[in-house]
Amino acid sequence: MIGVEHFPIIVVVMSLLSAYTILVAGWFNRKACFPISLMTLIAQLSLAVLILHRAISAPIIYKIGGWMFPWGIVYVVDVLNAFVLLVILFIGVLCVIYGWKNLEKEIGQRKTVTFYVVLQLYITGLCGIVVTGDLFNLYVFLEIASLSSYALIASAGGRALKASFNYLVMGSIGACFYLLGVGFLYAVTGHLTMESVKEILPLLGYGNKMVQAAFVFILIGFSIKMALFPLHIWQPDAYSYAPSTVSALIAATSSKVSIYALMRVLLSVFTLDFITNYVGLDILICWIAAIGIIAGSLFAIMQRNIKRMLAYSSVSQIGYIMLGLGLTPLSPWGLVGAVAHILNHAIMKCCLFMSVGGFFHRLKLLDINNFNGLGRKMPWTSAFFTVAALSMIGVPPTTGFASKLFLLIASAEAAETVSSGYAFIAVLLLSSLLNLVYFWRVIERMYFIEPHPHHDISGSESGSKSKSGSGADGIPRAMLFSMFVLASSCIILGILWLTFVPQTIVHNLCAMFGLPQLSDMGTAAAAAAGVEAVGGR
Amino acid sequence: MIESLKPLLAILCPVIAAPLILISRNHPNLREFWTIISSFSLFAIVLSMAPTILSDGDIKCVLMHTMLENIDVAFKVDAFGEIFAITASSLWILVSFYSIGYMRSLNEHAQTRYYFCFCWAICGAIGVAMAGNLLTLFIFYEILTVSTYPLVIHEQSDEAISAGRKYLAYLMTAGCFLLAGVILTYHFAGTTDFSRGGIPGLLNAAKSASEVMPFVLLLCFMLGFMKSAWMPFHSWLPTAMIAPTPVSALLHAVAVVKAGAFGIVRTICFVFGTEAMNDSGLWIFTVSVASFTMIVASLFAIAQDNLKRRLAYSTISQLSYIIFGASLLWKEGVMGAMLHIPFHGYMKITLFLCAGAIAVITGKKNISEMAGIGRIIPVTMIAFTIGALGMCGLPPLCGFISKLFMCIGAWEWSSSSYMLALALLLIIIMSSFLDVLYFFPIIKTAFFEPAEPAEPAAAPPHKAAHGTATAEAKRVETSSALYLFMVIPLTITAIYSVVLFILFFLQPVAPDFLSLYIFKLAGKAAGVP
Repeated sequence: MIGVEHFPIIVVVMSLLSAYTILVAGWFNRKACFPISLMTLIAQLSLAVLILHRAISAPIIYKIGGWMFPWGIVYVVDVLNAFVLLVILFIGVLCVIYGWKNLEKEIGQRKTVTFYVVLQLYITGLCGIVVTGDLFNLYVFLEIASLSSYALIASAGGRALKASFNYLVMGSIGACFYLLGVGFLYAVTGHLTMESVKEILPLLGYGNKMVQAAFVFILIGFSIKMALFPLHIWQPDAYSYAPSTVSALIAATSSKVSIYALMRVLLSVFTLDFITNYVGLDILICWIAAIGIIAGSLFAIMQRNIKRMLAYSSVSQIGYIMLGLGLTPLSPWGLVGAVAHILNHAIMKCCLFMSVGGFFHRLKLLDINNFNGLGRKMPWTSAFFTVAALSMIGVPPTTGFASKLFLLIASAEAAETVSSGYAFIAVLLLSSLLNLVYFWRVIERMYFIEPHPHHDISGSESGSKSKSGSGADGIPRAMLFSMFVLASSCIILGILWLTFVPQTIVHNLCAMFGLPQLSDMGTAAAAAAGVEAVGGR
Repeated sequence: MIESLKPLLAILCPVIAAPLILISRNHPNLREFWTIISSFSLFAIVLSMAPTILSDGDIKCVLMHTMLENIDVAFKVDAFGEIFAITASSLWILVSFYSIGYMRSLNEHAQTRYYFCFCWAICGAIGVAMAGNLLTLFIFYEILTVSTYPLVIHEQSDEAISAGRKYLAYLMTAGCFLLAGVILTYHFAGTTDFSRGGIPGLLNAAKSASEVMPFVLLLCFMLGFMKSAWMPFHSWLPTAMIAPTPVSALLHAVAVVKAGAFGIVRTICFVFGTEAMNDSGLWIFTVSVASFTMIVASLFAIAQDNLKRRLAYSTISQLSYIIFGASLLWKEGVMGAMLHIPFHGYMKITLFLCAGAIAVITGKKNISEMAGIGRIIPVTMIAFTIGALGMCGLPPLCGFISKLFMCIGAWEWSSSSYMLALALLLIIIMSSFLDVLYFFPIIKTAFFEPAEPAEPAAAPPHKAAHGTATAEAKRVETSSALYLFMVIPLTITAIYSVVLFILFFLQPVAPDFLSLYIFKLAGKAAGVP
């Protein structure tokens, strides 16, 4: 029996080996790819659950090859990684199930084998980024994940090739920036392990220009990767031309992992102290995020293609996470909001892309103006879309409301020290109104506007309906299943986030990065209020 | 304070009914049966809480503890919440019956969606009534907003869709402001639990953050409770009158707008606290907003010819009475405001149900066409007259009592300044006078003007061929079982608004359940013996 401490490496290696197994197995029988891929992911998912369970009590530290601490590559899994790992694999499993019947139709039978191979490599890359505790190793996995995601996007052919090429150029620039930053850090510290770099940096002095340059390079590098507002230009094309499975998978995981990596580097390598005192970037990050939130939503309102709309909405939502990260030094709720939104946004956006994929699968619909009457035609898919959209708007009791609530509390607490905290409250609320604008016009069309008699949507219905083993809405049951799981988790998790269930994770998180505990904050505020009330009388 | 599961059971009634309605969408009778059964059980549960509240104090029910310190998702039904819950749940029964008559007579489409959303709207309203803290209130407030949207645009015409957009634009914005208010309150006070006399330390903490912060907080709440349609943020309400009449009746005269007015009274009395409102001078803001709306909305109402629109403006004006009464800060004023919530509910629903019945039975929507209508549908029009008299605050109707309390509350200000008290009184009287101005012409047209001779177009009712000629006019109301579904509920509410007036004076002798405990509850909530 292998102990839990080995699981981080197993998660990564399992996926890598499965990629080659699929290649060989697919050589003999194309049908074998899907079950192998699914089984691997489910196995990984169960490992991830065990890892999270263990990481809550104590972080797992795994030294590869038994090399001693500063020299070898080390995997460190604490609550944050374990949580993100779980999110990625959960989404991964559902995306693979979703693509089961749908993929062949979108990319053609010939490419399915390579598709599953690349998919597994992509998952390998993501898992690697998440579990590693080594700066350079992170770069390696980042490139594995990026390269395979270029291939995944390009698998649709046609315009996706150009989108993928754009992404390739931008992504490589981002990766280069990160590599430069890591190079600078290595030059001044002589180490690549996060833990050692973190220990040496204060000795060097945070005022060191090299360190600061490294910080900026890393920040920009990841900002490109995660499509933070002014650096998002590659993203809408990439999301909208990719096959639906890929859009759902990449939109939900790729940017989340980049933002996790940034979070990790900022908090575990540079530490909060550095960010606030030596660079003073925290409020700047918040403002960039705030502008991103609004701008992303405004761009989304301008779109007619639903996939592009969702892509721009992602730009806006990434802003939420960044805002939470930026507020972290001022309020622990910022970190909680950011981490919560990593999961919540992954679920919501994945569900949205999946249901849009469902519409596309059956009716070849992408233009929002043709959505009239969809609610009657595909009731289940539309219902899932609506639930996820309501969640994006932040209607309680959905996941979106939970993250919004946490971020609002963070902003209110930040307002004690910097007055722009009030501005962030306004931005968050305004953004949910903007979300309302662009999601509601879709919902309105789906349910309440009768289809035009001239371009009836049934006219464009593709003939393959009978072939694809259709479920309730004329799309494969596998697709509906994935959407159902995501849509229901939108509501279930929304309620769970408010309960005390995630409290252990949250407390662990705060303790890990030296933030004050949330409960302390609450009582402190209450005590302060009580004292003031007494004083006031 | 006692713990009980009753609030949870109450909220579960509509929540369970909703999926059942969806499932039985192909069996209209079964579908309506679910609505009726759940409305009755909801009312029974809500009413059974009243004696407990009167004897033992608030009923508490914690749904879940949250990660946020000092915030639970919890119900705490106090006397004030109970009043609103009783109002909403009792009227849901009547409106359910009325809906059956209305929707089937007009052969409306998407009736399943209608009943389904109705359930959720009631769930939202009851949740708002029973919420024990601001966060819980906000959650149900948002459920109410979202679930009423499909009802508002039920017709699905272009006009309805754009009305729905306006509705959402106003009310979701309101939701954002409310959320901001909730967060700021939590931030300053460390809790959002309602407490009699205000959340301790809230205004002091807010003031220490910034001088204008108390006002900003109040503004957040006022804008957040935009559902009460205070001017100049009222224009969504007349627009939303495009909805089917039962929707307008229950949601736009009772549940939705009352949730707004209820929220403002909650804010004034249970979040800020009347003393703090007085010390900070914030009451001047709410009083001026309310007075402005009371007068100006009545003036707008006079200009409307469409009956439902006129009623809508009347609602706007009457809701501000509630805000006005609470802002008077004196116990009597608050009591008047609390009483006005059920009283206005019963009277206004009578008026709306009448408007709907008139539209269905005679096909008339504008007041100018209603000449002589009193002879065709006498029962409906008498009920309408009763409701209208009550709106004007004339005895022997319950509207008189709530306005009387408000007048007493206004006069209490004479202890500080006679001019102020006189001005406040004058506002009430002037607004009541304006009410007379826009309601009496309707009554006059209906009863005392002769019907236009030879009106072949008007004689056949809207859809079906019931009651074809004026000769049979007398029996039009009873000519169809479906019409009875509409006429009986409105008769009940009309009679009940008279009964309430009588019961008020018979309080020492009459059993409390006849008045649905309203007087005792309001007295307890406002602190008037």
